[in-house]
Amino acid sequence: MSIVLILEQSLNGLQFGLMLFLLAAGLTLVFGIMDMINLAHGSIYMIGAFLAATLVAATGSFALGVVLAIPATAAIGMLLEVSILRRLYTRDHMSQVLATFALILICNEAVRIIWGSDMALGTPAALSGPIELMPGLFYPAYRLLVIGVGLTVAILLYFIVAKTRIGMRVRAGASNREMAAAMGVDIKLLFTLVFGFGAALCAVAGAMLGPIFAVQVGMGDNILILAFVVIVIGGIGSIRGALIGSVLVGFVDTFGRAFLPALLREILPPQIASAAGTALASILIYVLMAAVLFWKPQGLFPARG
Amino acid sequence: MQRAATFILLLAALALPLIMRAFDLDYYTSFASRVMIFALAAGSLNLILGYAGMISFGHAAFVGVGTYTAGVMIIEGVPSALIGWPLAMLIAGLLALAIGAMSLRTRGVYFIMITLAFAQMIYYLTNSMKAYGGDEGLSLPGRSTLPLLDLKDDTSFYYVVLAILCVSMLLLSRLVASRFGRVIVAIRENEPRMEAIGYPTRRYKLVCFVIAGAFGGLAGALLANHGNYINPSILHWTQSGNLMIMVVLGGVGYRYGGLIGALTLLGLEEFIANHKVEWMADLWPKYQQHSLLGVGIILLVIVLYAPRGIAGWFDRSRRG
Repeated sequence: MSIVLILEQSLNGLQFGLMLFLLAAGLTLVFGIMDMINLAHGSIYMIGAFLAATLVAATGSFALGVVLAIPATAAIGMLLEVSILRRLYTRDHMSQVLATFALILICNEAVRIIWGSDMALGTPAALSGPIELMPGLFYPAYRLLVIGVGLTVAILLYFIVAKTRIGMRVRAGASNREMAAAMGVDIKLLFTLVFGFGAALCAVAGAMLGPIFAVQVGMGDNILILAFVVIVIGGIGSIRGALIGSVLVGFVDTFGRAFLPALLREILPPQIASAAGTALASILIYVLMAAVLFWKPQGLFPARG
Repeated sequence: MQRAATFILLLAALALPLIMRAFDLDYYTSFASRVMIFALAAGSLNLILGYAGMISFGHAAFVGVGTYTAGVMIIEGVPSALIGWPLAMLIAGLLALAIGAMSLRTRGVYFIMITLAFAQMIYYLTNSMKAYGGDEGLSLPGRSTLPLLDLKDDTSFYYVVLAILCVSMLLLSRLVASRFGRVIVAIRENEPRMEAIGYPTRRYKLVCFVIAGAFGGLAGALLANHGNYINPSILHWTQSGNLMIMVVLGGVGYRYGGLIGALTLLGLEEFIANHKVEWMADLWPKYQQHSLLGVGIILLVIVLYAPRGIAGWFDRSRRG
């Protein structure tokens, strides 16, 4: 286990964590402000990726395509909020789970009808090669871009939420919805905006992860669960919790998969170790979540005091 | 009235394989077995969802563990259903005990999420069981065996499933009507009050969770036999969603909710996929490939406008 390998896996963990953060940030705000479980968040991520792939192909430019996909996805998200999701705020959690589960089915099939089962979205040619970060450490340039975009958006998001007036209203809504409404915050409009913003972040994540994973129907179904794990670990409604939870999950998952099988081989017979290692690595983040909930049932950074 | 309806339904269910054989439609006997297996799974979920008010988003884990237990027993050369199926219930029940003991410390959204997380854990564990097919699953060499009956015959299997469903539904409805059931419903309505009266509410909820898990495991054991394979996809979180759809479609907290829901959802999927409706095909030639779109829209409409499900339409006692 060399230092180069550890550094490389750290970058992988950071990259995955930051992308998870983009998904979790929107989810945690929606969850925190309107007390609403939105399973369709993963579908918006998928729609964002498909839109990005379409627009990249249409414009011939990766950057332009991705930038155009962001407002388009935000518009779809806001449309969804105004037409359907708004009706669910006052309903119980089970109705929300089921209605948004229905939306997953609808979105998956709609995407299949419009675009087919999958689409090609390659890394831009200029960034397809690796970069030597230090002697012996070659890292794909595109993944560095993903890290850069993730960090930029995270910092931007922090400033919007922590330093601007609209961010203050969002935080007020997350910690006490009724009180914020009583103090004159237009919760309805605020929420449509937050939802659109969350959808925009989904589009960024979908477009950036598209070339790394694959742009296909159902791509949001599994990553959605990871985003939920993140916000439950971080504390529902907390942006800071979402950031720390994302990076934690990104690192634990990446390091678990990279090193756990080798680590177990030191103490167990090789056959058992490789089977147990992969099994353990794949459930590690759920163990982490269960452990966090065991000791801090409200997550690490509860938004409500 | 209800008694007569139950009687007629039971007669129809008993006669179904004979009628299907007469018309050479044996496939529907197998399909009906599948519906009844999912009715059992959804019925067990209905116990915790509808009566106890616990929104568990991980029921597929118990069904899946039952599937794997029964499947592994067949593969390992112990095909007797008298051993394999109770064992599936036992293991699913023990798993429910472990998951429930930890999950019931939380409530609300956190409970939904933690049951989901535990189910995902089990999903990934079965995915990594290389000896039993890993993520691709495994075909079973045959069905479980019972003395006197040959389960390989679809008609015999149908009757066994029917018998198990009837006994299970009878047990579950007796349970709901018992003192235990009253306490469970009361906890759903007002937990702090029940706690104040002196009921150990968490223990009641845990017992309820374990019973539902065990019946879910039984449904899983039947499912392994029905399809003759084990596969991690039965444990995917979307399967938990599907079971929830069945319960809500049928009617949350209604005795026949699970059965109606399973019949409606599976029947709808079957109908769209295998029966070409000419005017629909004229409108949209490829509509049959996208049956889930229809299922999604129907589910959305039901949740938004008829949250009490199909059973709720026929219920005059709880209107409003």
